[in-house]
Amino acid sequence: MVNQTIDLVIQLAIMFAIGAAMAVTFVTISHFLSPSSRNPNKSEPYECGVVPVGDARAPFNVHFYLVAVLFVLFDLEAVFLYPWAISLRELGTAGLAEMFVFIAILLVGYFYAWKKGVFEWE
Amino acid sequence: MLSKEDLIPSRADKPVFRLAPYIIFIPAFVVMAVLPFGPVGGAPNLFGYRFDYVIANFDAGLVLFLAMGAIAVYGIVLAGWSSNSNFSLLGGLRAGAQMISYELAMGFSVVGVMLMAGSLSLVDIVNGQAGNFWNWYFIPQVVGGLIFFVATLAELNRTPFDLAEAEQELVAGYLTEYSGMRWGLFMFAEYVNMVVVSAIVSTLYFGGWRAPLTVLDFIPGPIWLFLKICVFVFLYMWVRWTIFRYRYNQLMSVGWKILLPLSIVNLVVTAIIVSVTS
Repeated sequence: MVNQTIDLVIQLAIMFAIGAAMAVTFVTISHFLSPSSRNPNKSEPYECGVVPVGDARAPFNVHFYLVAVLFVLFDLEAVFLYPWAISLRELGTAGLAEMFVFIAILLVGYFYAWKKGVFEWE
Repeated sequence: MLSKEDLIPSRADKPVFRLAPYIIFIPAFVVMAVLPFGPVGGAPNLFGYRFDYVIANFDAGLVLFLAMGAIAVYGIVLAGWSSNSNFSLLGGLRAGAQMISYELAMGFSVVGVMLMAGSLSLVDIVNGQAGNFWNWYFIPQVVGGLIFFVATLAELNRTPFDLAEAEQELVAGYLTEYSGMRWGLFMFAEYVNMVVVSAIVSTLYFGGWRAPLTVLDFIPGPIWLFLKICVFVFLYMWVRWTIFRYRYNQLMSVGWKILLPLSIVNLVVTAIIVSVTS
């Protein structure tokens, strides 16, 4: 079992290394091949030719935050479902009923969020 | 592209700006490790040694795929934020909200496949679809399969869900400030992701490397997987040239009000059927 885990880590690490090596090679080659002519105007952020005013990191709509929080809740739910899905055949009817209670509780929250207008973007 | 100037804006957060393309690019490669492209296990088949057609025979390959999809969101949000341009920030935020919304539908729709296969390993999922094409999970899981396909369109930021890089209004969104090979990495990652996701869709719902009819088994598995990937890449391109981009509120309501409830219903129905028949 331990050997399998180590093997897995090595296999994934090799793929990670291949991907990283490709990306770094591309950027490095480009670094040597590309021209470089800097001037202060050129390195301003793009703003359709107008000089940018202020900082771009302005406050943004709270809606994005709500969506992110809901995502965390639902994604956790999905992660709980995975082990249950694999072992449903052993768990039988009791396992099925328990997960329905779990999903029902989640759906209450889902419809509450819906009624509160979290999914409305106008 | 290699010979174009690689410009980093003076106001950008430079380390994050440099890091973001790699965060998108690398996960696609890691997912490739768990994809089976031929038979795994069994008798020795190569000069007395056993050659497994998979890099990592991982028990939770499907979870790895979903996790790597989640990491790509970081790349896009960080790219948008670090550029310090209004267009990039808006594009990054939109892309972030869009991808996490559709990831839910994706996460729930694959539970149907897990229930039927009883496993998270992509190798076992393909083995569960052995036989002719009517054993493929697409037939019992047609709703889940369609939801998964639509969600992958949004995950890949392809039209009709390419709000993040809407050229006409956001001048390419999170890509606005990128140039030269760093921009190239984003584009490259998009197409690598497209191939990987096509492979995942064919593995989960269309029998992976298996032939549609057992009569055709003499043609090796990798060729079948390659053909299936080609079909799905064609489908992604076809959708891109056919369907218009959605408005942002339409996009969010499709994700949260249609796909998510549908995938939960699909999951509940599959669970009942699997539980009753076993």
